[in-house]
Amino acid sequence: MNSDTINTPNSTSSNTTQEAILRAENVSVTYGSFQALRGVTLDIPKNQVVAFIGPSGCGKSTLIRCFNRLNDLIPGTKVGGKVTYQGVDIYGDKVDPVQVRRRIGMVFQKPNPFPKSIYDNIAFGAKINGYKKSEMDEIVERSLRQAALWEEVKDKLKESGLSLSGGQQQRLCIARTVAIEPDVVLMDEPASALDPISTRKVEELIQELKENYTIVIVTHNMQQATRVADLTAFFNAEAEEGGKRFGYLVEYNKTEAIFNNPKEEYTRQYVSGRFG
Amino acid sequence: MSSLAEHSPRKGQSLEKQVDTVRVFDQSFYWLAVIGAIGIGGVLLWIAVQIGLSALPAIQSYGVDFLTTTTWDPVRNIYGVLPQIYGTLISAAIALVIAIPVGIGVAVFLSENFLPNAVRTPIALAIELIAAVPSVVIGLWGIYVLIPFLRPFYNFLYENFGWIPLFSTPPRGNSLLTLGLVLSVMILPTIIAISRGSLIALPRDLRQGALALGATRWETILRVLIPAAFSGIVGSIMLALGRAMGETMVAAMLVGNSNQITPSLLAPGATIASLIASQFGEAGREQVAALLYAGLILMILTLIVNILAEIIIQKFQNVE
Repeated sequence: MNSDTINTPNSTSSNTTQEAILRAENVSVTYGSFQALRGVTLDIPKNQVVAFIGPSGCGKSTLIRCFNRLNDLIPGTKVGGKVTYQGVDIYGDKVDPVQVRRRIGMVFQKPNPFPKSIYDNIAFGAKINGYKKSEMDEIVERSLRQAALWEEVKDKLKESGLSLSGGQQQRLCIARTVAIEPDVVLMDEPASALDPISTRKVEELIQELKENYTIVIVTHNMQQATRVADLTAFFNAEAEEGGKRFGYLVEYNKTEAIFNNPKEEYTRQYVSGRFG
Repeated sequence: MSSLAEHSPRKGQSLEKQVDTVRVFDQSFYWLAVIGAIGIGGVLLWIAVQIGLSALPAIQSYGVDFLTTTTWDPVRNIYGVLPQIYGTLISAAIALVIAIPVGIGVAVFLSENFLPNAVRTPIALAIELIAAVPSVVIGLWGIYVLIPFLRPFYNFLYENFGWIPLFSTPPRGNSLLTLGLVLSVMILPTIIAISRGSLIALPRDLRQGALALGATRWETILRVLIPAAFSGIVGSIMLALGRAMGETMVAAMLVGNSNQITPSLLAPGATIASLIASQFGEAGREQVAALLYAGLILMILTLIVNILAEIIIQKFQNVE
């Protein structure tokens, strides 16, 4: 369906247990003169849920936006280091960010359905990604089922996506993301604008989506990280001389280890709620 | 929190309504707004009634025939405005055909980051300033600059495409086409400013959401942003159309004031507004009534346009 700007999986992964689908190597991000993120290296293994936690301003949202090149939209952004998707440098000269985003989908903090019908919210992405019109009904139903929204909306597909509640809107956004069958789904605090019940639904959904997708989730909610994530990366912000702050990766490990037996003092303080 | 602290000295007072300066101010502002709102509606009604009453003699003597006949003869007092209705609609249509694509295109261009902000803002400002040029000045520009400039082009159209009815008469400078072109320039600022405003007002999330699905920039603009700003864009077009149909000075100066209906856009014609403007000065009693009748029809035409716009917007908003 897509032209192959990004090639098929390679075998260069050094991770012996699981293949890394996304890899950040010494990634630094600057907005103008402000360095948001410094020297991050981590692997995102396939079909795992990876949570990014850390205090505000630590660069975790910045990093997630490097993975689908959404930082490109902010003028003056520079990404240093290397981000690879299945071994291909996604900031390479020949790479089209549009193709990257077709493989690496994203769900945002605030639900942002299009001002279109529920049906068209999902069909839009599918159409521009070359899915056939004849399959559209099927795609819409499959995606809505995957996002656990089908039963609630199946009788009102023609109604506006904006007529749904916040939690439903967020699941609609998840549905439209999975409709185009990406490999990776990035989630930037997907539940922070939702009530506890909707939050739980979204979390259950993440568990189910893990079967087919790799998920990277930014969250402020540490319980959420423990509930959904296999791996957790803790980021922190530090001020250097002159008062400029920058974010960096402190520790990255199995979620259990991060929360129960962190290696770094900062991590221990953060997960025990002593700062942040 | 802070408001509690501010009001704490009043804790001892009762919960009954209090008369104090704030309340009086509140109330007077409320009534001022109510009077203003009703007053504006009242003025509209007043104008409509007054024109209707003044046109009554003409309405009685010419009736519906006024709309369907083509004679305008102040000597024998026979009046019909079909050519003027035709001219009004055609010149406005020409203006829209040009101004809609150009206007929306420029609005998109100026709402995206194709150009650095330092260039974009002055351009937007300059466009809005076109709206500030007095229409009589634009009319003079049309006569002395635009018509001489366009003449070779008109000749070319006539000589090469004269077999098409639209270009089938020897070109005169003053024509429906000239008027339509100048009107399109005059209504562009309206379309651009309002469309751009509604595009800029769209939430950033919408654009990011589309791009994150792998939409290209153009897919995002054409299939998400423009539909999302649709009601604002239609609104701008309808305002512009109202202006194009009612524009008087430019019409009187450029349309040629010729009481005829021809399919040729190169021929002179007339609009309702140009008819009233060019004849009102020397009109006798019955002719004034006929002119006011024509004015009433223009009002009704613009009213219909606005109602249509309202319906289009409503229909679209059901999906929003």
